[in-house]
Amino acid sequence: MAFKHAVIEKNSMLLTVLTLLVVSVGGLIEIAPLFYLESTIEKVKGMRPYSPLELAGRNIYIREGCYNCHSQMIRPLRDEEERYGHYSLAAESMYDHPFQWGSKRTGPDLARVGGRYSNDWHVAHMINPRSVVPESIMPGYPFLAETPLRVVDVGAHLRANRGVGVPYSDEMVEMAEQDLAAQADPDSDGADAVLERYPGAIVANFDGNAAELTELDAVIAYLQMLGTLVDFEAYEPEANYR
Amino acid sequence: MNNASEVSGTSPMTYGLGLVLGLGGLMGLFLVANAQDGVMAGHGYLFVAFCTLGIFWMVKRHFDEAGTPAILENGVNYNDAVIRAGCIASLFWGIVGFLAGLVIALQLAFPVLNLDLPWTTFGRLRPVHTSAVIFAFGGNVLIATSFHVVQRTCRARLAGDWAPWVVFWGYQLFIVMAASGYIFGVTQSKEYAEPEWYVDLWLTIIWVVYLLVFLGTLAKRREPHIYVANWFYLAFIVTIAMLHIVNNLALPVSLTGAKSYSLFAGVQDALTQWWYGHNAVGFFLTAGFLGIMYYFVPKQANRPVYSYRLSIVHFWSLIFLYIWAGPHHLHYTALPDWAQTLGMTFSIMLWMPSWGGMINGLMTLSGAWDKLRTDPVLRMLAVSVAFYGMSTFEGPVMSIKAVNSLSHYTDWTVGHVHSGALGWVGFVSFGAIYYLVPKLWQRSRLYSLGLVSLHFWVATIGIVLYITAMWISGILQGLMWRAYDSLGFLEYSFVETVEAMHPFYVIRALGGALFLLGALIMVYNCWRTMRGDLKDEKSALIPTQSRPATAATAG
Amino acid sequence: MSYENVAEFAATYGLLYLMVLFAGVLLYAFWPRNKKKFEEAARRPLEED
Repeated sequence: MAFKHAVIEKNSMLLTVLTLLVVSVGGLIEIAPLFYLESTIEKVKGMRPYSPLELAGRNIYIREGCYNCHSQMIRPLRDEEERYGHYSLAAESMYDHPFQWGSKRTGPDLARVGGRYSNDWHVAHMINPRSVVPESIMPGYPFLAETPLRVVDVGAHLRANRGVGVPYSDEMVEMAEQDLAAQADPDSDGADAVLERYPGAIVANFDGNAAELTELDAVIAYLQMLGTLVDFEAYEPEANYR
Repeated sequence: MNNASEVSGTSPMTYGLGLVLGLGGLMGLFLVANAQDGVMAGHGYLFVAFCTLGIFWMVKRHFDEAGTPAILENGVNYNDAVIRAGCIASLFWGIVGFLAGLVIALQLAFPVLNLDLPWTTFGRLRPVHTSAVIFAFGGNVLIATSFHVVQRTCRARLAGDWAPWVVFWGYQLFIVMAASGYIFGVTQSKEYAEPEWYVDLWLTIIWVVYLLVFLGTLAKRREPHIYVANWFYLAFIVTIAMLHIVNNLALPVSLTGAKSYSLFAGVQDALTQWWYGHNAVGFFLTAGFLGIMYYFVPKQANRPVYSYRLSIVHFWSLIFLYIWAGPHHLHYTALPDWAQTLGMTFSIMLWMPSWGGMINGLMTLSGAWDKLRTDPVLRMLAVSVAFYGMSTFEGPVMSIKAVNSLSHYTDWTVGHVHSGALGWVGFVSFGAIYYLVPKLWQRSRLYSLGLVSLHFWVATIGIVLYITAMWISGILQGLMWRAYDSLGFLEYSFVETVEAMHPFYVIRALGGALFLLGALIMVYNCWRTMRGDLKDEKSALIPTQSRPATAATAG
Repeated sequence: MSYENVAEFAATYGLLYLMVLFAGVLLYAFWPRNKKKFEEAARRPLEED
């Protein structure tokens, strides 16, 4: 009896182990090469980590579940390139923890929405989308304009990103709180430093309310930089054929 | 096997669990005191409440012990209480999940329903819907049915005394933390893996206990061979553990804050997520529910499965092929082409085991097709298998890159998911619940088979409305996006394609409302059954729950 | 590691792995000595109650 029991126990363990072996193979062979194949991420000019304000805006974008309706991945299809711009490169999301490619376009793709509309348009659109696009079915986000942006732990956010591989320098981490505020205040002393640390960043009073740094400032700062970093004049697709 | 010893006494395990709950409560208090954000503080309170109630319940159960009568079947004292709890939880979360789905469907048709408050917008409620139907409803159905099936087919009582209850209540806490997190803006943004790092850790602990309970019961079995339904359940538990852990690897900003950053970035993160995401479909919504099919269809039809050998081939080929299919969610993206092609190839191959399984399930009814007319529960199970066949045909078609270039990002995907989710997962779950409720509450039959029939028809019409509306809107929108006018310009602006969706969104919401109505009928029927009521129905047409007197032999 | 290495591996060992796995499953399922065991197992759900 004792012997038989052992055999039986072994069988259920055998089943577990075999199952685990069989299901591990697919993941290993598909995912692991992405970390080692050099051709996976294109070599481009212009990619940099998010500025503290952009990162804060990105976190609000995630918090509100924008990815449920907006993709950030332009496919290399004629109509998409004409509608949204150059197809998305893997390099463009190399600092995205997590990625925001999305899976559904209830609203349009946002991979290159940066610079397409004015800050004022974004403010009106976020507060009430139907005020600028009457047929829109997007929810309004008036509360973003009224919610002060959380600033205290932005340095910790940059450190956590560094922990998962984003190349933030010590200086960037140290100055994070100051950069956060300065990017939304063009008249401040720190504005130039933001541009130096984060080339191509847009410094502006995004939400039009100079009195307060709000969540809307951060969201618009993020939207306005989407897809604007890579220098496509210096990009050679042929060099990246894979 | 000595069952008496397994009926709970005050064992070291009991003290151990009490200690864990006590420490857990203290940890909750620590979180409340040091939380970086409101959600973490709220979840700290929740954890304290959970542990305190757990301790109270343990003490109460200790003193109530003597009054628990042992119900012996085949000389086995089955642990049915936790399955009964699982049935009730399934019914409850089913309604919550379907209702959340109806709300967000209506929001897409009538955006004013977003209310423009932080907690009520589509973006925050959509994960509530998906998690509630997949993990809360589906998960509870899987836990309840797996506990039922593994006990019956092993002729052994569930392993552990407290452990099954830890699984059940721990899982409910996971659901509440996940859903409340989404509403208050805590999400990882990875679809079907939205809960943040600490909720993921909690689920990992619960899942390991679940695996141990399942393996422990298998180890105690009195049968030489492990029945194939258990293979599917085991693959579901083991694989979900693997997927969950890898996809949720993340670095928290603070150990007392909710926010974390995913370990992987960009393209690697995307593939890891869809390797997870597609196998949440493959192992949670398919393998687990195939376990249900392989037990409850033979049971309700009172015949053995059509071909046991086919079920073995089905099992291995399904789990082997499914795991590769993830990249078809990333066709034409920045994922390297070789990975896309690999995903497409395996997705198409997946058609074979899927249809093998469908044929195996449907052919179990061969020689008993007449029962489809008289037994609405069996009809529900059979139609669920038919929907499984339909969805697993549509899926490989959509995984072909040329088709996917049209279908991706549109409602076609949503329609495809729902033909599987409502038709297959929903109906096979309803069938299992209709089987389990009279059995577990020891009633001669369900309160009303007429109401089961009504549920079947209302829900079926709902599904048909839903998926046809989504097919049309999806293909229409896909075609509009790529339409050119005679001058070679894009014909439609994006918002024109949104406008064109409106009538279909209304029809879809109507379909969802019917599906919800059907589920409410089911809840009423089950509630009356639990109370012990029997509706006086023309019994000539309606057989009582099939109870085999002798082992049927066929096939 | 280049793309070519991966592709070559997939076309040789990958194929071998697939074939061996599938053959193994078929052998197990159709091995004559297992027939009785499987037939008994298929009736298991109907025996208990």
